[in-house]
Amino acid sequence: MIVVRWIRAFVDFWIDFIVGDDWTVAATVLVALLATWGLHRAGLPAWWLLPAAVIGIATVSLRRATTRAGRPTPPR
Amino acid sequence: MNVTVSVTTFLAAGIEVIEMVAIVVAVGATRSWRAALAGAGGGLLVLVALITALGTALRNVPLQPIRLVVGALLLVFGLQWLRKGVLRVAAQGWAIGQGEEHVDDSDVPPDRFDWTGFVLSFKGVSLEGLEIAVIVVAVGGAAGALGSAIVGAAAAVVVLAAVGAATYRLIARIPRRALQLFVGALLSAFGTFWAAQGVGVAWPGNDLALVWFVVLYAATGMALLHLVRGWRLPAAPTGTAPVPEEIR
Repeated sequence: MIVVRWIRAFVDFWIDFIVGDDWTVAATVLVALLATWGLHRAGLPAWWLLPAAVIGIATVSLRRATTRAGRPTPPR
Repeated sequence: MNVTVSVTTFLAAGIEVIEMVAIVVAVGATRSWRAALAGAGGGLLVLVALITALGTALRNVPLQPIRLVVGALLLVFGLQWLRKGVLRVAAQGWAIGQGEEHVDDSDVPPDRFDWTGFVLSFKGVSLEGLEIAVIVVAVGGAAGALGSAIVGAAAAVVVLAAVGAATYRLIARIPRRALQLFVGALLSAFGTFWAAQGVGVAWPGNDLALVWFVVLYAATGMALLHLVRGWRLPAAPTGTAPVPEEIR
């Protein structure tokens, strides 16, 4: 039982570490890394893609968080 | 004693040590010194075990997959902090949390060990330490002066760790919100640099690209802060922006 709890806590830790508040950030980084690898394998310049994706997803994620915060609270 | 080998190793290892110390000090100042130092100690222990077990065979350790995994994790975590830092400064201003040694918000559990800080510090120290070990073996082995290479690398670790220890009090004076934003930019820069190297990308300017990334992401953080304040203005009735639940 203790082992199961320990494994669950371990899995939760990594999910929280990687996913955090916005799962699209981690997903975008993953896709951008795959695309960078693809460009590199094809012999095309690939160094620009990851920084561009980082700046792009940071902007989109912040925009989304701000929109959520500004949304009126539904009446109870 | 081969002085040329010692100086070469000191300079080459020095770049890696600066990166290592930057991560440990950043994690310690923004999360928990106990976790950051424990992570650094753990990373050094793993490193000593690896060096003892592999010796000169370290030259054959594939660094690329390690850079990819460590870089991707640092990038994802750094981006979360950059994002959170921007939201917090936009909502609450720069000055909150000034001089705090311990953090009392939801990021760092006050009553439990900070495993996230431990992992960040551990990864930074073990990856950089591995790179230092490879430099020592490569430079020292090629010149037939392994002892001189070890002296050069050890001197770099001692000198730059002392600089890190001397500057941490200055860093602790920086308001925590600001620190979180800039540490997010720093971790994202390291993450971008290593993860792309891990998939085979060669950066223009080599290690200097890392400095450009720190500047680029810090500037991006400032620009995003400006944008977020603008996006929030229509919804803020008295000049105070609404705070997203995730940063309360």
